[in-house]
Amino acid sequence: MTNKSRLFNKKRLDITINRLCHQLIEKHKNFENTVLIGLQPRGIYFLNRIEKNLNRILGKKIDSGILDTTFYRDDFRSKEIPKAKETLIPFLVDEKKVVIIDDVLFTGRTVRSAMEGIMNFGRPKKVELLVLVDRKYSRDIPVEPTYCGIKINTITSDRVEVNLVEQGFKEDNIWISNE
Amino acid sequence: MNKLKSKDLLGIKNLSLEEINLIFETADKFKEVLSRPIKKVPSLRHLTIANVFFENSTRTKLSFELAQKRLSADVVNFSSSVSSVKKGESLLDTINNILVMKVDMIVMRHPNPGAPHFISKNIDASVINAGDGTHEHPTQALLDSYTIREKTGKVKGKRIAIIGDITHSRVALSNIYSLQKLGAEVMLCGPSTLIPKHISNLNVKVENDIKKALEWCDVANVLRIQLERQKNKFFPSLREYSLYYGINKRLLDSINRNITIMHPGPINRGVEISSDVADSKNSIILDQVENGVAIRMAVMYLLSLNKNR
Repeated sequence: MTNKSRLFNKKRLDITINRLCHQLIEKHKNFENTVLIGLQPRGIYFLNRIEKNLNRILGKKIDSGILDTTFYRDDFRSKEIPKAKETLIPFLVDEKKVVIIDDVLFTGRTVRSAMEGIMNFGRPKKVELLVLVDRKYSRDIPVEPTYCGIKINTITSDRVEVNLVEQGFKEDNIWISNE
Repeated sequence: MNKLKSKDLLGIKNLSLEEINLIFETADKFKEVLSRPIKKVPSLRHLTIANVFFENSTRTKLSFELAQKRLSADVVNFSSSVSSVKKGESLLDTINNILVMKVDMIVMRHPNPGAPHFISKNIDASVINAGDGTHEHPTQALLDSYTIREKTGKVKGKRIAIIGDITHSRVALSNIYSLQKLGAEVMLCGPSTLIPKHISNLNVKVENDIKKALEWCDVANVLRIQLERQKNKFFPSLREYSLYYGINKRLLDSINRNITIMHPGPINRGVEISSDVADSKNSIILDQVENGVAIRMAVMYLLSLNKNR
Protein backbone atom coordinates (compact mmCIF):
# COMPACT_ATOMS: atom_id res chain seq x y z
CA MET A 1 0.00 0.00 0.00
CA THR A 2 1.24 3.47 -0.82
CA ASN A 3 0.97 6.27 1.72
CA LYS A 4 0.94 9.55 -0.10
CA SER A 5 0.56 13.03 1.30
CA ARG A 6 0.80 16.40 -0.33
CA LEU A 7 3.59 18.82 0.60
CA PHE A 8 2.69 21.57 -1.86
CA ASN A 9 -0.22 22.52 -4.08
CA LYS A 10 -0.05 25.45 -6.49
CA LYS A 11 -1.17 28.04 -3.97
CA ARG A 12 1.28 26.97 -1.31
CA LEU A 13 4.09 26.66 -3.84
CA ASP A 14 3.50 30.23 -5.07
CA ILE A 15 3.56 31.57 -1.51
CA THR A 16 6.75 29.66 -0.67
CA ILE A 17 8.56 30.77 -3.84
CA ASN A 18 7.53 34.35 -3.10
CA ARG A 19 8.88 34.02 0.44
CA LEU A 20 12.18 32.54 -0.81
CA CYS A 21 12.53 35.45 -3.24
CA HIS A 22 12.11 37.98 -0.44
CA GLN A 23 14.65 36.11 1.67
CA LEU A 24 17.07 36.31 -1.25
CA ILE A 25 16.45 40.05 -1.67
CA GLU A 26 16.96 40.57 2.06
CA LYS A 27 20.46 39.17 1.72
CA HIS A 28 21.48 40.10 -1.80
CA LYS A 29 19.78 43.53 -2.04
CA ASN A 30 19.74 44.42 -5.75
CA PHE A 31 21.68 41.34 -6.94
CA GLU A 32 24.53 43.41 -8.31
CA ASN A 33 27.13 40.74 -7.62
CA THR A 34 24.90 37.68 -7.30
CA VAL A 35 24.12 34.99 -9.87
CA LEU A 36 21.63 32.12 -9.76
CA ILE A 37 22.53 28.63 -11.01
CA GLY A 38 19.83 25.99 -11.39
CA LEU A 39 20.69 22.30 -11.39
CA GLN A 40 19.47 19.99 -14.13
CA PRO A 41 16.86 18.68 -14.50
CA ARG A 42 14.20 19.96 -12.11
CA GLY A 43 16.18 22.71 -10.41
CA ILE A 44 15.77 24.59 -13.69
CA TYR A 45 12.00 24.87 -13.24
CA PHE A 46 12.49 26.49 -9.83
CA LEU A 47 15.26 28.69 -11.14
CA ASN A 48 12.87 29.97 -13.83
CA ARG A 49 10.09 30.64 -11.33
CA ILE A 50 12.38 32.38 -8.85
CA GLU A 51 14.00 34.42 -11.59
CA LYS A 52 10.62 35.50 -12.92
CA ASN A 53 9.52 36.57 -9.46
CA LEU A 54 12.75 38.43 -8.72
CA ASN A 55 12.65 40.19 -12.09
CA ARG A 56 9.11 41.33 -11.30
CA ILE A 57 9.92 42.54 -7.79
CA LEU A 58 13.26 44.17 -8.59
CA GLY A 59 12.33 45.36 -12.07
CA LYS A 60 15.60 44.09 -13.55
CA LYS A 61 17.08 40.97 -15.06
CA ILE A 62 19.33 38.83 -12.91
CA ASP A 63 22.24 36.77 -14.29
CA SER A 64 21.45 33.08 -14.25
CA GLY A 65 22.80 29.82 -15.61
CA ILE A 66 22.06 26.12 -15.66
CA LEU A 67 24.41 23.33 -14.66
CA ASP A 68 24.34 19.62 -15.37
CA THR A 69 26.29 17.68 -12.75
CA THR A 70 26.49 14.32 -14.60
CA PHE A 71 30.23 14.58 -15.38
CA TYR A 72 31.00 15.46 -11.74
CA ARG A 73 28.99 12.73 -10.03
CA ASP A 74 30.76 10.00 -8.08
CA ASP A 75 27.90 7.52 -8.41
CA PHE A 76 27.06 7.66 -12.11
CA ARG A 77 28.36 4.18 -12.78
CA SER A 78 26.61 2.49 -9.88
CA LYS A 79 23.15 3.94 -10.58
CA GLU A 80 20.91 4.15 -13.59
CA ILE A 81 23.01 5.78 -16.26
CA PRO A 82 22.00 9.38 -16.86
CA LYS A 83 22.24 11.14 -20.17
CA ALA A 84 24.29 14.31 -19.88
CA LYS A 85 22.15 17.43 -20.22
CA GLU A 86 22.86 21.00 -21.15
CA THR A 87 25.09 23.29 -19.14
CA LEU A 88 24.86 26.99 -19.91
CA ILE A 89 26.72 29.45 -17.71
CA PRO A 90 27.45 32.45 -19.94
CA PHE A 91 29.56 34.32 -17.36
CA LEU A 92 32.53 33.81 -15.06
CA VAL A 93 31.70 33.31 -11.38
CA ASP A 94 34.96 34.89 -10.20
CA GLU A 95 34.30 36.98 -7.07
CA LYS A 96 30.53 36.51 -7.52
CA LYS A 97 28.01 35.29 -4.97
CA VAL A 98 26.45 32.14 -6.40
CA VAL A 99 23.07 30.77 -5.34
CA ILE A 100 22.62 27.12 -6.35
CA ILE A 101 18.96 26.24 -6.86
CA ASP A 102 17.53 22.71 -6.75
CA ASP A 103 14.20 21.08 -6.00
CA VAL A 104 15.02 18.46 -3.36
CA LEU A 105 18.04 18.12 -1.06
CA PHE A 106 18.52 14.46 -0.18
CA THR A 107 21.99 12.89 0.22
CA GLY A 108 23.86 16.09 -0.69
CA ARG A 109 25.88 14.38 -3.41
CA THR A 110 24.33 16.39 -6.26
CA VAL A 111 25.17 19.62 -4.46
CA ARG A 112 28.74 18.44 -3.85
CA SER A 113 29.18 17.69 -7.56
CA ALA A 114 27.53 21.00 -8.45
CA MET A 115 30.04 22.88 -6.31
CA GLU A 116 32.88 21.09 -8.09
CA GLY A 117 31.32 22.02 -11.44
CA ILE A 118 30.85 25.68 -10.50
CA MET A 119 34.49 26.01 -9.47
CA ASN A 120 35.36 25.32 -13.13
CA PHE A 121 33.83 28.66 -14.04
CA GLY A 122 36.04 30.60 -11.62
CA ARG A 123 36.41 31.14 -7.88
CA PRO A 124 33.14 32.41 -6.43
CA LYS A 125 33.20 34.78 -3.48
CA LYS A 126 30.46 32.81 -1.79
CA VAL A 127 28.22 29.83 -2.59
CA GLU A 128 24.73 29.44 -1.14
CA LEU A 129 22.10 26.78 -1.60
CA LEU A 130 18.39 27.20 -2.10
CA VAL A 131 16.13 24.14 -2.13
CA LEU A 132 12.39 23.73 -2.08
CA VAL A 133 12.35 20.52 -0.04
CA ASP A 134 15.00 19.56 2.50
CA ARG A 135 14.84 15.87 3.45
CA LYS A 136 16.36 15.94 6.91
CA TYR A 137 18.35 13.04 8.40
CA SER A 138 19.25 11.58 5.01
CA ARG A 139 22.55 13.27 4.25
CA ASP A 140 25.66 11.34 3.11
CA ILE A 141 27.70 14.56 3.02
CA PRO A 142 27.53 17.54 5.41
CA VAL A 143 25.62 19.94 3.16
CA GLU A 144 22.91 22.25 4.50
CA PRO A 145 20.65 24.65 2.60
CA THR A 146 20.90 28.42 3.09
CA TYR A 147 17.28 28.93 2.02
CA CYS A 148 14.63 26.24 2.23
CA GLY A 149 10.96 25.93 1.26
CA ILE A 150 10.07 23.15 3.66
CA LYS A 151 11.98 20.77 5.93
CA ILE A 152 10.60 17.26 6.26
CA ASN A 153 11.62 14.19 8.22
CA THR A 154 11.99 11.24 5.87
CA ILE A 155 13.43 7.75 5.79
CA THR A 156 15.44 6.49 2.81
CA SER A 157 12.54 4.54 1.31
CA ASP A 158 10.36 7.67 1.18
CA ARG A 159 10.00 9.32 -2.19
CA VAL A 160 9.46 12.97 -2.91
CA GLU A 161 7.54 13.40 -6.16
CA VAL A 162 7.76 16.75 -7.86
CA ASN A 163 4.96 17.21 -10.42
CA LEU A 164 4.98 20.59 -12.13
CA VAL A 165 3.09 22.03 -15.08
CA GLU A 166 6.47 22.54 -16.78
CA GLN A 167 6.86 18.75 -16.82
CA GLY A 168 3.47 18.30 -18.49
CA PHE A 169 1.33 17.82 -15.38
CA LYS A 170 -2.08 19.46 -15.17
CA GLU A 171 -1.26 21.34 -12.00
CA ASP A 172 1.62 21.83 -9.57
CA ASN A 173 1.83 19.21 -6.82
CA ILE A 174 4.64 17.95 -4.65
CA TRP A 175 4.03 14.72 -2.80
CA ILE A 176 5.79 12.54 -0.30
CA SER A 177 5.05 8.83 -0.62
CA ASN A 178 6.13 5.54 0.90
CA GLU A 179 5.36 2.07 -0.42
CA MET B 1 19.48 4.91 -25.21
CA ASN B 2 22.03 6.13 -22.67
CA LYS B 3 25.10 4.06 -23.47
CA LEU B 4 26.87 2.16 -26.23
CA LYS B 5 26.10 -1.51 -26.77
CA SER B 6 29.68 -2.75 -26.97
CA LYS B 7 32.63 -2.38 -24.58
CA ASP B 8 34.78 -1.41 -27.59
CA LEU B 9 34.72 1.00 -30.51
CA LEU B 10 36.30 -0.96 -33.33
CA GLY B 11 34.55 0.50 -36.34
CA ILE B 12 31.52 2.43 -37.57
CA LYS B 13 30.17 -0.62 -39.41
CA ASN B 14 28.58 -2.11 -36.29
CA LEU B 15 27.41 1.16 -34.72
CA SER B 16 23.71 1.97 -34.95
CA LEU B 17 22.38 5.40 -35.97
CA GLU B 18 21.11 5.74 -32.41
CA GLU B 19 24.61 5.16 -31.03
CA ILE B 20 26.13 7.69 -33.43
CA ASN B 21 23.56 10.29 -32.36
CA LEU B 22 24.25 9.52 -28.69
CA ILE B 23 27.98 10.14 -29.30
CA PHE B 24 27.15 13.45 -31.04
CA GLU B 25 24.82 14.61 -28.25
CA THR B 26 27.45 13.75 -25.64
CA ALA B 27 30.14 15.52 -27.69
CA ASP B 28 27.94 18.66 -27.71
CA LYS B 29 28.11 18.64 -23.90
CA PHE B 30 31.89 18.16 -23.93
CA LYS B 31 32.31 21.01 -26.42
CA GLU B 32 30.70 23.22 -23.80
CA VAL B 33 33.13 21.87 -21.18
CA LEU B 34 36.03 22.73 -23.53
CA SER B 35 34.86 26.35 -23.70
CA ARG B 36 35.13 26.84 -19.91
CA PRO B 37 38.01 28.52 -18.11
CA ILE B 38 38.85 25.11 -16.57
CA LYS B 39 38.41 22.60 -19.38
CA LYS B 40 38.33 19.51 -17.25
CA VAL B 41 35.81 17.15 -15.68
CA PRO B 42 36.58 14.36 -13.21
CA SER B 43 34.48 11.67 -14.94
CA LEU B 44 37.31 9.21 -15.77
CA ARG B 45 39.57 9.88 -12.79
CA HIS B 46 39.29 6.20 -11.83
CA LEU B 47 40.54 4.95 -15.21
CA THR B 48 43.99 4.41 -16.68
CA ILE B 49 44.16 4.53 -20.46
CA ALA B 50 47.04 3.35 -22.63
CA ASN B 51 47.60 4.86 -26.07
CA VAL B 52 49.28 2.07 -28.00
CA PHE B 53 50.51 3.31 -31.36
CA PHE B 54 52.24 0.96 -33.78
CA GLU B 55 52.11 3.64 -36.49
CA ASN B 56 52.94 7.33 -36.61
CA SER B 57 50.33 9.87 -35.63
CA THR B 58 50.19 13.54 -34.73
CA ARG B 59 46.56 14.61 -34.57
CA THR B 60 44.90 11.41 -33.44
CA LYS B 61 47.39 10.68 -30.67
CA LEU B 62 47.44 14.24 -29.40
CA SER B 63 43.67 14.50 -29.62
CA PHE B 64 43.12 11.24 -27.70
CA GLU B 65 45.66 12.24 -25.07
CA LEU B 66 44.11 15.67 -24.58
CA ALA B 67 40.63 14.14 -24.42
CA GLN B 68 41.84 11.69 -21.75
CA LYS B 69 43.43 14.46 -19.71
CA ARG B 70 40.32 16.64 -19.99
CA LEU B 71 38.38 13.67 -18.55
CA SER B 72 40.95 13.31 -15.71
CA ALA B 73 42.07 9.81 -16.72
CA ASP B 74 45.62 8.63 -16.09
CA VAL B 75 47.43 8.23 -19.39
CA VAL B 76 50.36 6.12 -20.55
CA ASN B 77 51.76 6.31 -24.05
CA PHE B 78 53.34 3.49 -25.94
CA SER B 79 54.98 3.81 -29.27
CA SER B 80 56.24 0.71 -31.05
CA SER B 81 59.32 2.34 -32.55
CA VAL B 82 60.99 2.71 -29.13
CA SER B 83 59.62 -0.48 -27.52
CA SER B 84 60.37 -4.18 -27.09
CA VAL B 85 58.32 -4.88 -30.22
CA LYS B 86 61.64 -4.20 -31.91
CA LYS B 87 63.04 -7.14 -29.90
CA GLY B 88 60.37 -9.48 -31.24
CA GLU B 89 57.60 -9.28 -28.60
CA SER B 90 54.19 -10.30 -30.02
CA LEU B 91 51.20 -7.97 -30.15
CA LEU B 92 49.15 -9.91 -27.60
CA ASP B 93 52.12 -10.21 -25.23
CA THR B 94 52.74 -6.50 -25.49
CA ILE B 95 49.11 -5.66 -24.73
CA ASN B 96 48.84 -8.18 -21.88
CA ASN B 97 51.96 -6.73 -20.28
CA ILE B 98 50.42 -3.28 -20.44
CA LEU B 99 47.11 -4.54 -19.03
CA VAL B 100 48.66 -6.37 -16.09
CA MET B 101 49.74 -2.95 -14.85
CA LYS B 102 46.00 -2.25 -14.30
CA VAL B 103 45.14 -0.40 -17.48
CA ASP B 104 41.39 -0.14 -18.15
CA MET B 105 41.21 1.06 -21.73
CA ILE B 106 43.41 0.68 -24.80
CA VAL B 107 43.49 3.14 -27.69
CA MET B 108 45.26 1.35 -30.49
CA ARG B 109 46.63 2.19 -33.92
CA HIS B 110 48.11 -0.65 -35.93
CA PRO B 111 49.18 -1.10 -39.57
CA ASN B 112 47.34 -4.45 -39.86
CA PRO B 113 43.58 -4.38 -40.50
CA GLY B 114 41.73 -6.25 -37.73
CA ALA B 115 44.48 -5.93 -35.10
CA PRO B 116 42.23 -4.13 -32.57
CA HIS B 117 39.46 -6.70 -33.23
CA PHE B 118 41.90 -9.51 -32.40
CA ILE B 119 42.97 -7.75 -29.21
CA SER B 120 39.41 -7.00 -28.12
CA LYS B 121 38.52 -10.70 -28.31
CA ASN B 122 41.42 -11.57 -26.04
CA ILE B 123 41.16 -8.97 -23.30
CA ASP B 124 38.47 -7.56 -20.99
CA ALA B 125 39.60 -3.93 -21.22
CA SER B 126 37.83 -1.59 -23.65
CA VAL B 127 39.56 -1.19 -27.00
CA ILE B 128 39.24 1.87 -29.21
CA ASN B 129 40.45 1.58 -32.77
CA ALA B 130 42.52 4.64 -33.65
CA GLY B 131 43.11 3.33 -37.17
CA ASP B 132 43.84 -0.23 -38.31
CA GLY B 133 45.72 -0.34 -41.59
CA THR B 134 43.46 0.38 -44.55
CA HIS B 135 40.35 -0.79 -42.68
CA GLU B 136 38.61 1.68 -40.30
CA HIS B 137 39.28 4.85 -38.34
CA PRO B 138 36.00 5.29 -36.46
CA THR B 139 36.73 8.40 -34.37
CA GLN B 140 37.90 10.27 -37.49
CA ALA B 141 34.65 9.45 -39.30
CA LEU B 142 32.62 10.48 -36.26
CA LEU B 143 34.38 13.82 -35.99
CA ASP B 144 34.00 14.35 -39.76
CA SER B 145 30.25 13.75 -39.67
CA TYR B 146 29.94 15.77 -36.45
CA THR B 147 31.73 18.71 -38.09
CA ILE B 148 29.50 18.52 -41.18
CA ARG B 149 26.47 18.49 -38.86
CA GLU B 150 27.81 21.46 -36.92
CA LYS B 151 28.87 23.58 -39.90
CA THR B 152 26.11 22.84 -42.40
CA GLY B 153 23.15 22.11 -40.13
CA LYS B 154 22.65 18.41 -40.78
CA VAL B 155 24.19 15.43 -42.52
CA LYS B 156 20.96 13.93 -43.83
CA GLY B 157 20.44 14.65 -47.51
CA LYS B 158 23.92 16.12 -48.00
CA ARG B 159 26.10 15.05 -50.92
CA ILE B 160 29.61 14.20 -49.81
CA ALA B 161 32.45 13.47 -52.23
CA ILE B 162 35.45 11.62 -50.81
CA ILE B 163 38.32 12.43 -53.12
CA GLY B 164 41.73 10.84 -53.53
CA ASP B 165 43.40 7.63 -52.41
CA ILE B 166 40.38 5.52 -51.44
CA THR B 167 42.16 2.16 -51.71
CA HIS B 168 44.63 2.87 -48.94
CA SER B 169 42.30 4.95 -46.77
CA ARG B 170 40.72 3.80 -43.51
CA VAL B 171 39.13 7.25 -43.23
CA ALA B 172 37.20 6.61 -46.46
CA LEU B 173 35.60 3.35 -45.32
CA SER B 174 34.62 4.64 -41.88
CA ASN B 175 33.27 7.82 -43.48
CA ILE B 176 31.15 5.85 -45.96
CA TYR B 177 29.53 3.88 -43.12
CA SER B 178 29.01 6.90 -40.92
CA LEU B 179 27.68 9.25 -43.61
CA GLN B 180 25.30 6.65 -45.02
CA LYS B 181 23.92 5.79 -41.58
CA LEU B 182 23.27 9.50 -41.06
CA GLY B 183 21.45 9.72 -44.40
CA ALA B 184 24.00 11.38 -46.70
CA GLU B 185 24.80 10.42 -50.29
CA VAL B 186 28.41 9.45 -50.84
CA MET B 187 30.52 9.68 -53.99
CA LEU B 188 34.10 8.45 -54.30
CA CYS B 189 36.40 10.19 -56.73
CA GLY B 190 39.95 9.41 -57.79
CA PRO B 191 41.93 7.57 -60.44
CA SER B 192 40.59 4.03 -61.06
CA THR B 193 43.81 2.58 -59.65
CA LEU B 194 43.08 4.17 -56.27
CA ILE B 195 39.43 3.08 -56.03
CA PRO B 196 38.80 -0.50 -54.82
CA LYS B 197 37.19 -2.70 -57.45
CA HIS B 198 33.96 -3.71 -55.68
CA ILE B 199 33.44 -0.57 -53.60
CA SER B 200 30.21 0.28 -55.47
CA ASN B 201 28.66 -2.67 -53.57
CA LEU B 202 28.58 -0.29 -50.62
CA ASN B 203 25.99 1.76 -52.50
CA VAL B 204 28.32 4.66 -53.31
CA LYS B 205 28.71 6.54 -56.56
CA VAL B 206 32.11 6.33 -58.24
CA GLU B 207 33.49 9.11 -60.42
CA ASN B 208 36.87 9.52 -62.07
CA ASP B 209 36.40 13.11 -63.21
CA ILE B 210 37.10 15.51 -60.34
CA LYS B 211 35.21 18.38 -61.93
CA LYS B 212 32.04 16.29 -62.17
CA ALA B 213 32.47 15.18 -58.56
CA LEU B 214 32.83 18.77 -57.37
CA GLU B 215 29.82 19.87 -59.44
CA TRP B 216 27.77 17.18 -57.69
CA CYS B 217 28.79 17.58 -54.04
CA ASP B 218 28.03 19.89 -51.10
CA VAL B 219 31.09 18.78 -49.15
CA ALA B 220 34.43 17.54 -50.49
CA ASN B 221 36.49 15.42 -48.10
CA VAL B 222 39.94 15.38 -49.64
CA LEU B 223 42.25 12.51 -48.72
CA ARG B 224 46.02 12.30 -48.67
CA ILE B 225 47.97 10.16 -51.10
CA GLN B 226 49.35 7.48 -48.78
CA LEU B 227 52.74 6.89 -50.33
CA GLU B 228 53.84 4.84 -47.32
CA ARG B 229 51.23 2.16 -48.10
CA GLN B 230 51.82 2.08 -51.85
CA LYS B 231 54.20 -0.69 -52.85
CA ASN B 232 53.30 -0.41 -56.54
CA LYS B 233 52.95 2.67 -58.69
CA PHE B 234 49.29 3.67 -58.84
CA PHE B 235 49.85 6.81 -60.91
CA PRO B 236 52.81 8.09 -62.95
CA SER B 237 53.94 10.95 -60.68
CA LEU B 238 52.74 13.22 -57.87
CA ARG B 239 52.87 16.09 -60.35
CA GLU B 240 50.49 14.29 -62.69
CA TYR B 241 48.18 13.33 -59.81
CA SER B 242 48.12 16.94 -58.71
CA LEU B 243 47.32 18.10 -62.25
CA TYR B 244 44.33 15.76 -62.60
CA TYR B 245 43.04 15.44 -59.03
CA GLY B 246 44.54 18.31 -57.05
CA ILE B 247 41.95 20.80 -55.79
CA ASN B 248 42.91 24.43 -56.25
CA LYS B 249 41.12 27.76 -56.27
CA ARG B 250 40.99 27.94 -60.07
CA LEU B 251 39.18 24.60 -60.23
CA LEU B 252 36.72 25.59 -57.48
CA ASP B 253 36.08 28.96 -59.16
CA SER B 254 35.25 27.18 -62.42
CA ILE B 255 32.25 25.43 -60.88
CA ASN B 256 29.20 27.26 -59.76
CA ARG B 257 28.80 25.82 -56.28
CA ASN B 258 29.78 26.70 -52.75
CA ILE B 259 31.59 23.60 -51.51
CA THR B 260 32.73 22.92 -47.97
CA ILE B 261 36.28 21.55 -47.92
CA MET B 262 37.47 18.91 -45.45
CA HIS B 263 40.73 17.02 -45.00
CA PRO B 264 41.60 14.51 -42.25
CA GLY B 265 45.27 15.56 -42.27
CA PRO B 266 48.17 15.48 -42.65
CA ILE B 267 47.90 17.68 -45.74
CA ASN B 268 50.33 17.35 -48.61
CA ARG B 269 50.02 20.97 -49.69
CA GLY B 270 50.25 21.34 -53.44
CA VAL B 271 49.49 17.66 -54.09
CA GLU B 272 45.86 16.80 -53.27
CA ILE B 273 44.94 20.32 -52.17
CA SER B 274 46.49 23.75 -52.67
CA SER B 275 47.13 26.19 -49.84
CA ASP B 276 44.63 28.75 -51.13
CA VAL B 277 41.88 26.12 -50.78
CA ALA B 278 43.09 24.52 -47.52
CA ASP B 279 43.21 27.95 -45.84
CA SER B 280 40.08 29.40 -47.48
CA LYS B 281 36.90 30.36 -45.64
CA ASN B 282 35.17 27.28 -47.10
CA SER B 283 37.68 25.02 -45.38
CA ILE B 284 36.61 23.41 -42.08
CA ILE B 285 39.84 21.45 -41.67
CA LEU B 286 40.80 23.03 -38.34
CA ASP B 287 37.22 22.68 -37.06
CA GLN B 288 37.60 18.94 -37.66
CA VAL B 289 40.70 18.88 -35.47
CA GLU B 290 38.99 20.93 -32.75
CA ASN B 291 35.92 18.70 -32.72
CA GLY B 292 38.12 15.61 -32.52
CA VAL B 293 38.78 16.22 -28.83
CA ALA B 294 35.08 16.50 -27.94
CA ILE B 295 34.19 13.41 -30.01
CA ARG B 296 36.94 11.34 -28.38
CA MET B 297 35.90 12.54 -24.93
CA ALA B 298 32.34 11.42 -25.72
CA VAL B 299 33.45 7.99 -26.96
CA MET B 300 35.68 7.28 -23.95
CA TYR B 301 33.10 8.61 -21.49
CA LEU B 302 30.34 6.47 -22.98
CA LEU B 303 32.54 3.35 -23.07
CA SER B 304 33.50 3.94 -19.44
CA LEU B 305 29.83 3.63 -18.47
CA ASN B 306 30.02 -0.02 -19.50
CA LYS B 307 32.73 -0.70 -16.94
CA ASN B 308 32.08 -1.49 -13.29
CA ARG B 309 34.26 0.39 -10.86
